[in-house]
Amino acid sequence: MSNVLELQESDVHHGHEAHHEHHHHETFITKYVFSQDHKMIAKQFLITGMIWAIIGGLFSVLFRLQLGYPESTFPWLEDLLGHWAKGGKILPEFYYALVTMHGTILVFFVLTAGLSGTFANFLIPLQIGARDMASPLLNMLSYWFFFLASIIMFSSLFVQTGPASGGWTIYPPLSALGDASSGSKIGMDLWLTSMAMFIVSSLLGGLNYISTILNLRTKGMSMTRMPLTIWALFFTAVLGVLSFPVLLSGAILLLFDRNLGTSFFLSDIYVNGKILPNEGGSAILFQHLFWFLGHPEVYIILLPAMGMSSEIISVNSRKPIFGYMAMVGSLFAIAILAFLVWAHHMFVTGLNPFLGSFFVLLTLLIAVPSAIKVFNWLTTLWRANIRFTPGMLFAIGFVSLFISGGLTGIFLGNSALDIHLHDTYFVVAHFHIVMGVASFFGMFAGVYHWFPKMYGRYLNNTLAYIHFWITIIGAYLIFWPMHYEGLAGMPRRYYDFSGWESFKMFGGLNEFISVVAMIVFAAQLLFVLNFFHSIFKGRKVTTANPWGANTLEWTTPIRPGHGNWVGEIPEVYRGAYDYGKDGREFIPQTEPVGENESHH
Amino acid sequence: MSTAAVQQGTKWWSGGRSPFNASYGKVMMWYFLMSDAFTFGAFLISYGTIRFSQNHWVDPNHVFNSFPFAGHTNLPLAFVSLMTFILIASSVTMVLAVHEGHKMNKAGVEKYMLWTILGGLCFLGCQAWEWTHLLTGQHEVLVNGQLEYWNTTVAHNPFGPEVMFNGKEVATPGPIAFGSYFFEITGFHGFHVFSGIIINIIMYLKTKMSHFEQRGHYEMIEKAGLYWHFVDLVWVFVFLCFYLI
Repeated sequence: MSNVLELQESDVHHGHEAHHEHHHHETFITKYVFSQDHKMIAKQFLITGMIWAIIGGLFSVLFRLQLGYPESTFPWLEDLLGHWAKGGKILPEFYYALVTMHGTILVFFVLTAGLSGTFANFLIPLQIGARDMASPLLNMLSYWFFFLASIIMFSSLFVQTGPASGGWTIYPPLSALGDASSGSKIGMDLWLTSMAMFIVSSLLGGLNYISTILNLRTKGMSMTRMPLTIWALFFTAVLGVLSFPVLLSGAILLLFDRNLGTSFFLSDIYVNGKILPNEGGSAILFQHLFWFLGHPEVYIILLPAMGMSSEIISVNSRKPIFGYMAMVGSLFAIAILAFLVWAHHMFVTGLNPFLGSFFVLLTLLIAVPSAIKVFNWLTTLWRANIRFTPGMLFAIGFVSLFISGGLTGIFLGNSALDIHLHDTYFVVAHFHIVMGVASFFGMFAGVYHWFPKMYGRYLNNTLAYIHFWITIIGAYLIFWPMHYEGLAGMPRRYYDFSGWESFKMFGGLNEFISVVAMIVFAAQLLFVLNFFHSIFKGRKVTTANPWGANTLEWTTPIRPGHGNWVGEIPEVYRGAYDYGKDGREFIPQTEPVGENESHH
Repeated sequence: MSTAAVQQGTKWWSGGRSPFNASYGKVMMWYFLMSDAFTFGAFLISYGTIRFSQNHWVDPNHVFNSFPFAGHTNLPLAFVSLMTFILIASSVTMVLAVHEGHKMNKAGVEKYMLWTILGGLCFLGCQAWEWTHLLTGQHEVLVNGQLEYWNTTVAHNPFGPEVMFNGKEVATPGPIAFGSYFFEITGFHGFHVFSGIIINIIMYLKTKMSHFEQRGHYEMIEKAGLYWHFVDLVWVFVFLCFYLI
């Protein structure tokens, strides 16, 4: 207790926002732990997400070690992992646990909660001109459900039979039968419970984001004056609110199959030569339920990165975003199409080819809004007076990765080609580039760009540039060769390729990929170091609007308190992208439209 | 952080006011209900997929033909009709509670909330009876050439196709998906009714403690009402899928 009091004392002495208008008496607990301030909740999401990213990244380093050096042993691995790496070699069971948890952690805990949770919470109230989220209480609960989900998932790493290991898509029957593998035992139950908590968190957050954007915009902030970040976060929230419940249904049915003897996803199965009593279920049904979430999930991950990149590219190009309404329209089109393409993950399940042709058409249609977005980003950059800030570099990197990864999506969306490419490294390369690394770039761009608003300090630029160049070059070096491996038929999820004559030639390439992966992982630690160092020791921000941006968050004090604005919330008179207009570099949204002002 | 002072004369979507003239809480509730509709939708579509992939399905008129305190009766769907009537009636009393709330009539809100809670409890009681009846009721089934007595569970279904055995018609095991989906979906719906009752009890207590009177409006009752009507609406679909078709 005395400890808490001391912290509270020091907090008062060193607090920067001791004089803002909405000052409540805040203890350490209410300010940093059970905070209802959207900015603090955003930071909680970000830091929890970063911890998860380090864990998930470390897992990839471990399994890349196995893939790169399938015939070597590393005695230190046994010290680290105990019986999971007997004799210094990762066991196949643990290899599958590692890839499963890598996928789960990165897709859900980092790029959904860590990305949306951070930037929706941080940017929505600041950019639409609201004092906080519609319901700060539900917002806080959203974080704590995520925390609970994190604890459960984390604890599953330490159970004796290991965490879930049936792949992040947890297809039954592997996931439904405890006897199917060691990871299908308690680890799978913990996985499902954790995801149920995660879905609650996502729902509470999403409802808040939607109602805040609809209801709490400041005067003058019409929908079409909103920054593209807000549009993207809005569609992300809608996608989450409508697609996660379907995964919840699937998870509940799967829990029933596992624990209550039902046969929703099981039928006619033999285990160890004995026939199971299950009948009448359908494993394909689970895939439908899963991918009805799973595909929108891709856009839940990608849209915030798109929105933030749009904003950052426009600010640092000192040019209005090209085709604002087309950007909004294409976000909307992507959000709609996201719900109509899930079966393209299931072309080889025996899906009716005629039905498949519909999904091919709808899938390839996504190329249209995607291309519109790419075109608009490029035309925004075209002949711009670009400032290559770290945020800008990552935003441009996002565009580059989105193009590279998007193009291979056109291959995979074709059901005929997919017969060959399905479950090969081509798929791994495609989705890692287009949604994994690209979204990470969006997230990094956002952190570098808004860090001054979050902490009132700058990140170190030199470290940031090193981080950027290693990451973008590394990302291409890791994933570009995987396309060729995949085209040659090398399947994903395999523990060891050295036994196949046809894949032996890729041994050297796999080793190369593993080495690069480790270097890139080390570069991310550089970012983490930069992040935490700069929170306390970074160069202080001295002007309210360091990037010369138009949006509302830069009209707040340098370190805004709970309530964001001192005095009245500013009124908005124009869109967010009046850059380089009438000879002026930028015109903030709060400035009334002049009498002789030109139209863009 | 409710809606900032509503500016008269500004346009619906131009900021500074709610475009739907609804509080953020109602907007949230509507989106939550959409989300929940997707959960139930996924369950019912899964049920449909599996059911229509089976060669045989149970005859609801045969499975649901009992009535409490009436012994072995043959009253197809009578009991479930009563349940449905009770639930719909509780929706009506909910509407009346909201209406009384608009009139700021505290006593009226209390009265109709109590009726709504009672309706919900009756429905849950009926469901408990029906579940017990299915889980404990023994039915003769022909299994591997021998007669056995089965109850209806998530893994047993004694209502399969009938065959001739020793000169009389006996049922064979039916698709176990029936029990699985029946208990899963009605259970999930029952859980919603249960949470609805808890919410309604909280609303009743808050009304009784004059919280809403001091606040100057009974909007919380409306939001609870939205949830309650949604739960009723879902039941209509569950009723349709399990009892009527």
